[in-house]
Amino acid sequence: MDSAREPVLEVRNLRTEFATSAGVVKAVDDVSFSVARGQIMGLVGESGSGKSMTGYSIMGLIDPPGRVAGGSIRLNGRELVGLAPEAMRQLRGERIAMIFQDPMMTLNPVLRIDTQMMEAVLAHHAVGRRRAREMARDALARVGIPAPEERLSAYPHQFSGGMRQRVAIAIALLNKPDLIICDEPTTALDVTTQNQILYEMQTLCRESGSALVWITHDLAVVAGLADTVAVMYAGQLVEQGSVRQVLEQPRHPYTRALIASVPSRNPRGRPLAQITGMAPSALTAPSGCRFRDRCPRATNICATSPPVDAEDGHDWRCFHPVFEEDR
Amino acid sequence: MTVATSDTPLARFLHAYFSSRIAVIATLVLLLLTLAAICAPLIAPQNPYDLTKLDIMDSRLEPGKVSSDGKLVYLMGTDEQGRDMLSAILYGLRISIAVGFASTAAALAIGLALGMVAGYAGGRIESLIMRVADIQLSFPPILIALVLLALSGPGVGKIIIALIAVQWAYYARTARSAALVERGKEYMEAAAGLGLSPLRIVLRHLLPNCLPPLIVIAALQVASAISLEATLSFLGLGLPVTEPSLGLLISNGFQYLLSGTYWISFYPGLALLLTVAAINLVADQLRDVLNPRLQGI
Repeated sequence: MDSAREPVLEVRNLRTEFATSAGVVKAVDDVSFSVARGQIMGLVGESGSGKSMTGYSIMGLIDPPGRVAGGSIRLNGRELVGLAPEAMRQLRGERIAMIFQDPMMTLNPVLRIDTQMMEAVLAHHAVGRRRAREMARDALARVGIPAPEERLSAYPHQFSGGMRQRVAIAIALLNKPDLIICDEPTTALDVTTQNQILYEMQTLCRESGSALVWITHDLAVVAGLADTVAVMYAGQLVEQGSVRQVLEQPRHPYTRALIASVPSRNPRGRPLAQITGMAPSALTAPSGCRFRDRCPRATNICATSPPVDAEDGHDWRCFHPVFEEDR
Repeated sequence: MTVATSDTPLARFLHAYFSSRIAVIATLVLLLLTLAAICAPLIAPQNPYDLTKLDIMDSRLEPGKVSSDGKLVYLMGTDEQGRDMLSAILYGLRISIAVGFASTAAALAIGLALGMVAGYAGGRIESLIMRVADIQLSFPPILIALVLLALSGPGVGKIIIALIAVQWAYYARTARSAALVERGKEYMEAAAGLGLSPLRIVLRHLLPNCLPPLIVIAALQVASAISLEATLSFLGLGLPVTEPSLGLLISNGFQYLLSGTYWISFYPGLALLLTVAAINLVADQLRDVLNPRLQGI
């Protein structure tokens, strides 16, 4: 892959824990990945797999009782773990931006769009209000909102869901951040709007050179959008590599099962392939390989922690990876 | 999709608010009463506090009687000192409404600030503020006000302080619960994600979204503050006799009520009823309009 390109984001052995009455929950456990300039990484997993928590950890938005317990997060070489809250706040919205899942909820209902966009600019730049408004208008135009000047003085309820998500994207792009974290931003939208927004995000990232982490549970989205994929299961990364490597030659049985259960890949008239059992929470996951009690290939050795094997920038955490000859 | 610049939250609110005829009437009545109270020195036929203007010969005249010097028609009769009841009511309304609004505004400001701090900060600060509010709310309001006034003596400033002490906990509780609800919403997270300062997040994003329930409570509390003040004055613990509020006027006429001289208590009572009812109707409509469950956003 683009290992020659310098990574914008480098996450090493990240651990995020939550202290609950039932014990310490490792929401993110030993997660490592990196994203380069202009690159899009899909972070895939089921609900509760820790993918959103990984995003929040990078943003420094983990609230107590949660905390980043270990590991390193580097943005352009600068360590973010342990950074003073005020310094972290300066980075948020400026060098790292986040786009959230629900476009209906992500804008403040009582403030006009221009107010919300201008405060994002003014929080980080010493520019006049007029200049801030111009930047907001340009950002709206960039994400394809017609008549941006008029739209600036509208309220969120006057926008459709797709339009609101475009506004949220425009806000994220305002300060031309190095890294944008998208937490399932198109899940709540209908398919045509979703495709438009995916396409636009891809173009915008390529143009601006921002790195993108796209958190999703939808493999189809990843296939069309991302350059690299990281698959999470119960707080751990189980496989990562380029989109082609992971989706066409999945090594980890979980990735394989995930791909097999995408409806369009199943022949008509046959029951959908399913993964047996329930996705465990980080509290109930078994020791050793966390997927072992649902895995068809599991053996006794899986009760110990599996090693991470790598080949050609493609790595997986499994004792019994799937190779072509096994299929 | 067209963008109507007039379609602001305020415009939508006003449209919804004035769609009810009762609300329009109640608002008009309240405005009229407030206006009459503010303009009392200009429109009252007599200055009821100026004892030189009172004629003891006009004592306890029936409504509609002419004064002994023939200059004045007592539309609502006179009290035992020959004071024009209409003038006394206008001046009394002035004090009652001023006390009601001032104490509510101050209690709202205090309760809102404490509640928002509790809701946003959490932890020990929250526990401390909310336990004090709980203790406060476990006593009946009239008891707290009575104790405070018994200790401090009567006076406009003192009764306002007593009313603030009685009311702030309602706002603190509501503000905290609203802040807790709003804090969990995604736009708060998004605001944090933009790197805005905590102060700005609280004032610009959290506060405006917490206001609707507080506005409703404040509107209802104005009415209850006015009636509580009237109660305290009636009991002789509220305002001094030199500044009679509606409660004191009712109390003055109380002893004559059964002897047929009904108007000394009746008309101030009517004015009080009208004020409290109008405020309650306005508050009801506010609640209906601002209730998120009845809103189709």
